[in-house]
Order: sequence, then structure tokens, then C-alpha cells
Amino acid sequence: MYRRKKNFNTIIRYLLATAGAVLMIFPFLFMVSNAFKANVYVIEYPPKLIPDNPSIENFISAWTSNNFQLYFLNSALVALVATVGTVLFAAFTAYAFARFEFKGKEILFGLMLIVLMIPDMISIIPRFYLARSLDLRNSLWGLILFYIASGITGNTFFLRGFFESLPKELEEAMTIDGANPFEIFFRLAIPLSKPALATVGIFSFLGNWDEYVWALTIIDKPAKRTLPIAIYSFQGQHGTEWGLVFAAMIIALIPVLIIFISLQRYFAGGITSGAFKG
Amino acid sequence: MHLSLKTQKKLMPLLFLIPGLLFFAIFQIYPLLKGFQMSFLDWQIMPGRVSEFIGLDNYTRAFKDVVFGRAFKNTLIYTLVTVPGQMMIAMVVAILINSLPKGKTFFRALYYIPVITSWVIVSLLIRYFFQSPNGIVNYFLVEIFHLAASPLPWLRDPTLAFVPILVLGIWKGIGWSMVIYLAALAGVPKELDEASAIDGANGWQNFWHITMPLISPTIVFTMVMLLIGGFNVFISVYLITGGGPRQMTEVMLSYAYHQAFDFLDFGYGAALSYLMAALIITLSFLQIKLLRKPQEIY
Repeated sequence: MYRRKKNFNTIIRYLLATAGAVLMIFPFLFMVSNAFKANVYVIEYPPKLIPDNPSIENFISAWTSNNFQLYFLNSALVALVATVGTVLFAAFTAYAFARFEFKGKEILFGLMLIVLMIPDMISIIPRFYLARSLDLRNSLWGLILFYIASGITGNTFFLRGFFESLPKELEEAMTIDGANPFEIFFRLAIPLSKPALATVGIFSFLGNWDEYVWALTIIDKPAKRTLPIAIYSFQGQHGTEWGLVFAAMIIALIPVLIIFISLQRYFAGGITSGAFKG
Repeated sequence: MHLSLKTQKKLMPLLFLIPGLLFFAIFQIYPLLKGFQMSFLDWQIMPGRVSEFIGLDNYTRAFKDVVFGRAFKNTLIYTLVTVPGQMMIAMVVAILINSLPKGKTFFRALYYIPVITSWVIVSLLIRYFFQSPNGIVNYFLVEIFHLAASPLPWLRDPTLAFVPILVLGIWKGIGWSMVIYLAALAGVPKELDEASAIDGANGWQNFWHITMPLISPTIVFTMVMLLIGGFNVFISVYLITGGGPRQMTEVMLSYAYHQAFDFLDFGYGAALSYLMAALIITLSFLQIKLLRKPQEIY
């Protein structure tokens, strides 16, 4: 009797969890379904989840039209370079805070924490002014440099904690063997910190890949657009061609999903540490 | 080049710090200071023209500005609706998933998908769903659930237009809090649940008296993070309604952005941003205070 009740409870729980999950991914189901409908069917009413004549026409026209491949490339380039820069410079800075003593160390770190509290949006107007003064408007470098800068603060905070948790003994042994701090950093600290660096790298990449506001603010030239900007203007140009817009969105989502699915173990750790927000 | 050991020791931290600090100083500190200066000027965007110092004019203007008042109110409504909304749903989902014997990782991943999807994509999706008259939401309201007699003009109605923004704010955020709650729930010792069940506590009592106190630091943490996130609402408003119709759905950041990049009033935009920064910094310090407390107790 008790067992049966327990089994029944478990089934109910699975049903509830599934219903909730369907609700959560419901908009994505429509996105995928509509992307496979040739445009005429998309404004159909009542809406249909299963397309009658599924076709990949939308994907082909999205991929081949409006410089889409160039935008994809721009996004990939910006996200990759900015991620490498963020990981490298944040690791350097964090290691200095974790392992060296210098004047004003904690004051400097405190200043970084205060800046970290202030959202990037607060300074978007003066940052635009700075980008214009440095001639970084309409340039991918204008994106890369600012992305690295906004990435460094939070990741320095995260990586300092990680470096401090590494055992000091190994580094001391290397010092006795005559290694200088750079050798210790690259040959010991970096290899030991792979999981932490991977977490930083993943979150930086996703953040850079999806970044919209800064790109919107400093990029006017169509040739320098990144995917988020391109997708949005796509929707403007092809007002009712939602199938095309959805196909473009799915193409932009593919790298994100690949990273998410293949590197899932780094996600939970990164989020629960509190340093990263999706 | 041979440097003495002492100089080397002093130079080393500097070498490690220089790249990061250069980025920090140029692209973070300088704009923050420049923005502060701008907020006291009648900023001229044309290079070469003199920007006049106007004292606190930009700030006093903000307090008299009806639209900014509304933007502040909307930001507050957004935060007060989406933060508890996300937290409560995320907690229910986390408890549910935590109680499943198998497939926790699978369900966690499904609920997390909206979190990893960019704001641009989900904003466009929501706009598509709330289209009028033939959007999917209207279809469900009118044809399936019969909750409305005719399609609602979602994005064209000043009051209704904020609803999609709120729905998006809750829906996109559930997965984030859920992952954190799941981690916290995994840390609650099973023996405690069992002991309280033997003592005759029901599920609700068990949650309220055993689980809740143990995970309360986590709850406070998510609350503060979400509060700050709520005040930061921008992209969804900018892309779904553009602050309209008739600037009725403007939030603080979208209004500051419009002031700067549509009306080219950089000084006023900077002042609005700084008012916002003051709010967020206050919240953050409250967080530090609040977060320390529970940790001292446990």
C-alpha cells in the first residue's frame, strides 16, 4: 500500500516536471517549427506546431543573404579574441593579487569590487565618448577591447580565490629550483587551474557572443555588425518573415547550445560560485 | 639585464598587474569619472564646442521629469514582480527536481535553456508570441482558454505593453535561481529530513522548519542578485516596446539610453545613469550587510 502510494507520487512528480519543462521550452519549439515553414505558413492562424511541408529553405536564405556569413565571422572573431584576452589578463591580475605582496593591494582590490558592482550600462555614455575619441567606433577592436575590460574585473575576483586555494608548497619547491614567477605561473598555476579557467572562458565567450547593447551603440557600418545586431535588423527588414528571422536565431544559438551541452559540468559550478550570471 | 633580487621582487607584481590595470584604468575608471563630470555639464557632442558647467541642473531636472518618474516606477514594478516571481517558481521547480530519483541533470538543463539564450533572441520571441491580433498568446487566450472575448492589443496598449516584459523577466530567469537552489538543496543532509519525518512532520513543515533555515543564505543571495538584475532591466524593454507606446513602458536605463543616443543629451543621460548607480550601490552594500549575517549564524 505504502509502496504503491510512493510510486504514484513519483509518477506525478515526473509529470509535473515534464509539464513545467514543456512550458519553459515552448517558445523555442515554436521558433524551431516556424523556422522549418516556408514563409507563407508562418502567420497562419490558428498556429500550428508541426509544419505541413517542412523545408530548410529559411536556413539557406538566412545563411546566404544579407552578409550573414560575414556577421557570423565577426561575432566569432570578436568573441574568441576577447575571451582569450579576458582569460589571460584576468589570470595575470588575479595571480598578482593571490601570490604577491605589494603596496595598496587590498585598496586596489576593493576598488575593483566597487567597480564590479556598477553595471556596465551606467557608463555607456562616457564609454561611447571614449570609443569615439580613440577612433574605435565601427571597429571590431572597439568591441574586443571593451569586452576584455568588462570581463577582467569579475574574473579577477573569481580567479584570485581559486589561485589562493592552490597549495603554496609546489610553487615554493619550484622557486627553490630556480624558477622565476613567470615560469611558475605558466608551468604550474595555469595547468592546475584548468577547470577555473575553462569556467571563465565559457562564460566570457557566451557573454561576448551574445553582447548586444555595446555593439548597437558603437557599430553603424553594416560590414562591422555582429550577429545579435544583424538578427535584430533582420527582423526590421523582413518584418513579417519570421521564419527567416527564426532560422537566423537558430544559427546564432547553435554554438551556444554546443558549448552548453558539451561543457555542462562547468556551468553549475560557475553559477553556484556566484561569480557568473547567465 | 641583471637586476638585483630585491628589484626583481618589487617589479614582478607590477609586470603581472600592468595589462589588467591598464584595461581597468582606461576602459572602466576613466569612463566612470568622465560620466560623473558630464552629469554636471551641458554636454556638447560636437567636438570643439565648449560644454558649459551647469551644476546640479541635470539632477534637479530628473526629479521634475514626469517620464523619468514613470521610468523609475516601471523599474520598481518590474523588480517587485519579477524577483519574487522568479524566486518562488524556481524554488518549487528545484524542490520538484530534487525529489526525482533520476534525470535531475536532464531536467535542470531543460529549465536552464532560456537562461543561456541571448536577450535579443528571447525578446524577439516574446514579441512574436504577443503579436496582435494573430499572436500565439492571443490564440490561447481567445480560442483555447476563452479568457478574452477578442484578441488583446498587447504591444499597442500602454498598460498591457508591460506584461510581455514582465513575463519575459520571470521566464528567462527561473533556471538561474533553480540551479542555485538545487545546489543548496543537495547540501541539506538527508538525515534531517528523515528525522523530522519520524517525528511526524509533514512535507510543508519539514520544508519550513528544516530546509528553509539551512538554505536561507542562498535565498538571500539570489534575492539580492535578482534585485540588482531587476534594476538593470534594459534590453527587453528596448527591443519589445522601445519604451513605448508614448513612453509609458520606459524604465530607468532605457530612458537614460534614449536621452543620450536619440536626443543626444549626454549630460542629462549621464546624470540619470548616476542616479541609477547610486541606487545599485546602496543595494549592493545592503547585500554585503545581509549576506554576512546568516553566515555568522550558521
